[in-house]
Amino acid sequence: MTLSDLGRDDWTRFTLKQRLQRYVVFAACALAIGWAISSIEVIWAWVWDAPSQMGDLFGRMIPPDPSNLGAILRVLWETVNIATIATAFAVILSLPVAWLAAQNTTPNRATLWIGRFILVSSRSINTIIWALLFVAIFGPGIVAGIVAIMFRSIGFVGKLLGEAIEEIDKRPVEALEATGASRLKVIAYAIVPQVMPTFWAVSILRWDINLRESTVLGLVGAGGIGIILQGAIDTFNWREAATVLLAILGLVILGEIVSAWLRRRIL
Amino acid sequence: MLKISDLVKRYGGGEPVLKNLDLTIEGESVVSIIGSSGAGKSTLLRCINRLVEPTSGSITLNGTELTRLRGAELRRARRKIGMVFQGFNLVERLTVMENVQSGRLGYISTWAALMRRYPREDIRRAYELMERVGIAHYADKRADELSGGERQRVGVVRALMQKPEILLADEPTASLDPKTSEQIMGLLRDLSRELKLPVLINIHNVHEAKEYTDRIVGMRYGRIIFDDLPRALDQEAMDRIYSGSPAADRAGEMRAAS
Repeated sequence: MTLSDLGRDDWTRFTLKQRLQRYVVFAACALAIGWAISSIEVIWAWVWDAPSQMGDLFGRMIPPDPSNLGAILRVLWETVNIATIATAFAVILSLPVAWLAAQNTTPNRATLWIGRFILVSSRSINTIIWALLFVAIFGPGIVAGIVAIMFRSIGFVGKLLGEAIEEIDKRPVEALEATGASRLKVIAYAIVPQVMPTFWAVSILRWDINLRESTVLGLVGAGGIGIILQGAIDTFNWREAATVLLAILGLVILGEIVSAWLRRRIL
Repeated sequence: MLKISDLVKRYGGGEPVLKNLDLTIEGESVVSIIGSSGAGKSTLLRCINRLVEPTSGSITLNGTELTRLRGAELRRARRKIGMVFQGFNLVERLTVMENVQSGRLGYISTWAALMRRYPREDIRRAYELMERVGIAHYADKRADELSGGERQRVGVVRALMQKPEILLADEPTASLDPKTSEQIMGLLRDLSRELKLPVLINIHNVHEAKEYTDRIVGMRYGRIIFDDLPRALDQEAMDRIYSGSPAADRAGEMRAAS
């Protein structure tokens, strides 16, 4: 504060120039949104129609039809298996990728980029697109679903694990190097114990996510509950579709409970 | 015997941190290195076990030249050099026994290390040493459950598990309270006598250096300017070691050179 500030009673957060800049930015954003809405071809009649359509659909869905419940639950179990098997394989395969992609464990520059490339390519492709690809390779069925989820999960788990490796306390590493331990033993004793909590947390989180993702795999023929759901929708069997949706909701809630329990037990 | 001659360490292109340093440690004496922060004490210690790469000069331990070793040879030489750290540098999430046994990692197979199947004689030695320093009852506790003084005892036992030919201690008491820190210094001195082990300690506390060590080396900006028995360290010597700044030193050197 200088002496000339004494006695002042006016204060503004922004100068006039800053205020004008902000108005221009707001106007530009509004224009961009307006242009985006006007450039997509929306049939507005259908939008205004939506509430009554929703009510109509809902009316056709109740009461849910449980006659096929046995088959639905069996396929739901298959869905759980897809998620669990895929998560298990993905977690194992992501370990070497995380090791490559972490700056402080990767052997050299080239391997660092290989590791990062694997992570990026795995993460940039959606599970459904991986599934389309693997249905073409393995044919329809749960193998394609497992491999698709696995490919997507490797990037997720590998990235978070690699970051955990980069953030460890380096002092124990230094201490064990000083004892004359080899690189592998230093990793096993000084790095692995430090990233173990992250490893379990990320694995459980990914299993939770995979449980949800595996419910839609059936839409592209890669196994799981989605096949029955699509069959029901295609045949306008809305009451069975409602049962399937409720079953998925139940599964997701159950998955949430199991993963919360696992987190409490392990971490 | 540890013999350091003409040791130079330079980081990047700057002023050397260690300037043509010579130091010989014979027998099983406890030697302390004192000096202000930035004098190069820590760098000197880390050059010995090559956690820091020396720029030039020679370091020999019982006839083995350490500065040119690589890979497996370097690891074999490091097994013979124990080190104790200021921050203890334990693996917090492992048990005390695992931390102690990690001092043997240079000796046992990878499989035995991964499976925690330690040789019987290593386990016996671990219990003996832990009993000696008073932490045997903590063997199954996790390291992060221990207090500072107890953790440093784990650090000391880990280093001794290596059956070292020399023990380096980098400010082993700087993170401890005064009483615990005296206990650790006393322990290092006693263990040196019992195991006939030379010990080299970096230390900030001059009183402890005088009390617990046989010889004091005073460093100032990369040079050894004092090397004598503790009782020879008088006020005049203290002033030489601790006063001044690197800039003043450099100015003095330039005047001497011109």
